[in-house]
Amino acid sequence: MTTSSTLPSTPSQTVGPYLHIGLTWQDGPFVVPEGTPSAVWIRGRVIDGAGEPITDALVETWQCDEHGRFAHPEDPRSAEIGSGFRGFGRSDTRSGDYGILTVIPGRVPDRSGVLQAPHVDLSVFARGMLHRVVTRAYFADRPEANAADPVLSTVPDDRRQTLLARPSTDGYTFDVHVQGERETVFFDV
Amino acid sequence: MSARHQRTLALPAYRPDPDGTHPPLDSPDYRSTALRHPLRQPLTLPQSATEITGPVLGEGRIGERDNDLTVQHPGEPVGQRIVVHGRVLDGDGRAVPNSLVEIWQANAGGRYRHDADVWPSPLDPNFDGAGRTLTDEHGRYEFTTIKPGAYPWKNHHNAWRPAHIHFSLFGRSLTQRLVTQMYFPDDPLFDQDPIFNSVPEAARNRLVSRFDMNRTTDHWALGFEFDIVLRGREATPFEDDDHDH
Ligand SMILES: [Fe+2]
Repeated sequence: MTTSSTLPSTPSQTVGPYLHIGLTWQDGPFVVPEGTPSAVWIRGRVIDGAGEPITDALVETWQCDEHGRFAHPEDPRSAEIGSGFRGFGRSDTRSGDYGILTVIPGRVPDRSGVLQAPHVDLSVFARGMLHRVVTRAYFADRPEANAADPVLSTVPDDRRQTLLARPSTDGYTFDVHVQGERETVFFDV
Repeated sequence: MSARHQRTLALPAYRPDPDGTHPPLDSPDYRSTALRHPLRQPLTLPQSATEITGPVLGEGRIGERDNDLTVQHPGEPVGQRIVVHGRVLDGDGRAVPNSLVEIWQANAGGRYRHDADVWPSPLDPNFDGAGRTLTDEHGRYEFTTIKPGAYPWKNHHNAWRPAHIHFSLFGRSLTQRLVTQMYFPDDPLFDQDPIFNSVPEAARNRLVSRFDMNRTTDHWALGFEFDIVLRGREATPFEDDDHDH
């Protein structure tokens, strides 16, 4: 590798309090179209170090479809994906909760071919956060897949539950604790 | 290169940014970070297919006038008309083509069109302050807009944000996602701004646009150039066992 030719990355800055002007989309929450038979809502709060909900945050999600296909040119199977599946969700927290309508993703292998449990990657942005934080939501009602997941297995036992979305009336609940005793596990990606 | 190849991706890897690139989440001079930064170290997530892919957006999402913030209303907004342009590159200098760029900003008087912005500076009926565009095949983007004003905030007594435009970039993967702010050269407000100064000193100038006489148009608009660099890929793409036979 010729490090001399590499360009240094542009630094991150906070989205600030007025993020909605630039980052709100009417269809943001819809990873899949409304009416998709297997669709579920993933909802939750983003909570600060004092236990208060952060109402000026933005949550973005990214995942594969139910068959493990990504809506991305790097995935050779992307052409097989139904037109309604975007893979990407975006929701602010002005109502107290974020919420995205999606499907439970399929299982995709990691780099060494080990099958991962179904998971959704989340990026969280907010005023007061100079860089996003990234975490993963797994599904609490998939204990066997979770037990074999190569990423979850690197997470200390007592913190693993912070990565579990729990069944709710219309899907799953996944709160993100930015700081504090119940702090969510975040990842360097 | 068989049936199994279809089930796994040829996974590139994105280089981590070295220390000294991004602001620490715990930046006490910016007071709102106090309760909004994790206290524990992040864990390392080996990049899998989920991380090296990402939303490729834009088709059908960009309106014809979305990259000109001065023509979104019947009248023209007040203020200094500017053209902000540049390239989105990766860390190896390669263009990032066909990639969504979103911006938002205050008006010429430093006021945002937002419920939460209530300081005594007028809204401009002809300015919303939101734009989006796609980079072209060479990674180039361009916006026409109004130079935003500085604005006060409550971080400390007499705190003013230097003029800035918020930028949101997707690149081609989750690992490249970036939200940042572009500043203007020689702003006298830099010294007292904890958000600008949260960036490690050696990296701060990467957030400052360059005045561009070549793109300044006679009797029309001042030009500013702002290139954005997203993470590059490791030189040797990862090869998984399936490709070895
Ligand atoms: Fe701002």
